[in-house]
Amino acid sequence: MDRKLKVATTSLAGCFGCHMSFLDIDERLLDLIQLIEFDRSPLTDIKHCGPCDLGIIEGGVCNAENVHVLREFRRNCKILIALGACAINGGLPAQRNQLDLRDILEEVYQTEPGLTHGGIPNDPELPLPLNKVHPIHEVVKIDYFLPGCPPPADAIWKFLTDLLAGRTPHLGHGLLHYD
Amino acid sequence: MSATPDTVTTPTFQLDGEEIPFQPGQTIIQAALAAGKYIPHLCFHPEFKPHGSCKLCLVKISGRPAASCTTVAQAGLSVESEIPEVQDKRRTLVQMLLVEGNHFCPSCEKSGNCMLQALGYELGVMSPHFPQIFPVRPVDASHKEILLDFNRCILCELCVRASNEVDQKNVFALAGRGISKHLIVNSESGRLADTNFSATDKAAQVCPVGVILPKRVGFAIPIGKRKFDLKPISDPGASAGCAEHAEGGA
Ligand code: SF4
Ligand code: SF4
Ligand code: FES
Repeated sequence: MDRKLKVATTSLAGCFGCHMSFLDIDERLLDLIQLIEFDRSPLTDIKHCGPCDLGIIEGGVCNAENVHVLREFRRNCKILIALGACAINGGLPAQRNQLDLRDILEEVYQTEPGLTHGGIPNDPELPLPLNKVHPIHEVVKIDYFLPGCPPPADAIWKFLTDLLAGRTPHLGHGLLHYD
Repeated sequence: MSATPDTVTTPTFQLDGEEIPFQPGQTIIQAALAAGKYIPHLCFHPEFKPHGSCKLCLVKISGRPAASCTTVAQAGLSVESEIPEVQDKRRTLVQMLLVEGNHFCPSCEKSGNCMLQALGYELGVMSPHFPQIFPVRPVDASHKEILLDFNRCILCELCVRASNEVDQKNVFALAGRGISKHLIVNSESGRLADTNFSATDKAAQVCPVGVILPKRVGFAIPIGKRKFDLKPISDPGASAGCAEHAEGGA
């Protein structure tokens, strides 16, 4: 390979667990860094995504900002990977989908005893929450999916090394997990 | 052609090119499982009459699609199961089942022991593919010993059949039609606590997914150490004689 592949990563409505699991590939990061360089990512603090070969998305879409970031990634990345349960089916944040958004906000910020009653926040800086949390493939086209909550480090390693070697990623029993 | 007893041979059919012996009256899936050959299934249970609803046991017989749990074996049939065309359809069925309910495996006590999830692993289901429906299905925690989490019901009617045929209690039923079909509890209040259901009922043991869950034992075995974490569902150790049904519960 004559040039390093550019990789961007982000966490939308996720818990950073998938990123932590990614870092759990430990010393294999040193091998990986021979093949790739990071663009926008929590690991680099680059704020906007430039043209990339690979975009890795953790988390689903729960607010308007998530939608913008996801679209920025889709515009700039040749290949987009949904990493982990939340990106793939909404995961934990989507557990609010059975409830009405207004009821949730009122209960948390106004009526629940013991919580501060400062009213529902409406600072213009805050991204507006969506009525429901969505998997990312419902918003943009996703090329690959890597399930798990989080996917184990070995699964992330197998997936990325398959992909970088030009093979269709294959996990098999023990690495493919939904939990 | 009159055969004397010692020239009578056990009839066979072909499954993916392999000869499978069968007893007259056996279905294709019964004969295959008895011969140690796995065919995916969800609504089939060796102790119950075939139901034929989930279609995961789809095969091609002489080029035509059929449910192997409802098709009686016949000598000389040529049955195809592990071919890409059939596996693709099974994968689609699993994806449809996943988006129809709320399957958040990380918080499901059945995770690792769940046949739907294990089939997802077996078939390499990497994504839900379809948009999530996110149906609203409140749980029923009223019973002392059993939690009902309707979010994960795949409408296989195994609990309905077990409660009727074995327990003779008729605790469960399906109501509604099409996409709004759902599992109900047969009591005036609709709550499980108001039935004579008990944790020792057969109906408490047969759910292939995480709906009918015994309370207070959910995480006795940690995630990662459970049945299908250790062996794929197609492994003879997991499926021969249908061991995946034997243990029931979570
Ligand atoms: S029933 Fe099975 S597929 Fe559904 S959430 Fe539980 S483990 Fe996952
Ligand atoms: S509760 Fe379980 S056994 Fe009963 S119909 Fe639903 S999936 Fe089948
Ligand atoms: S197992 Fe045959 S249709 Fe469900």
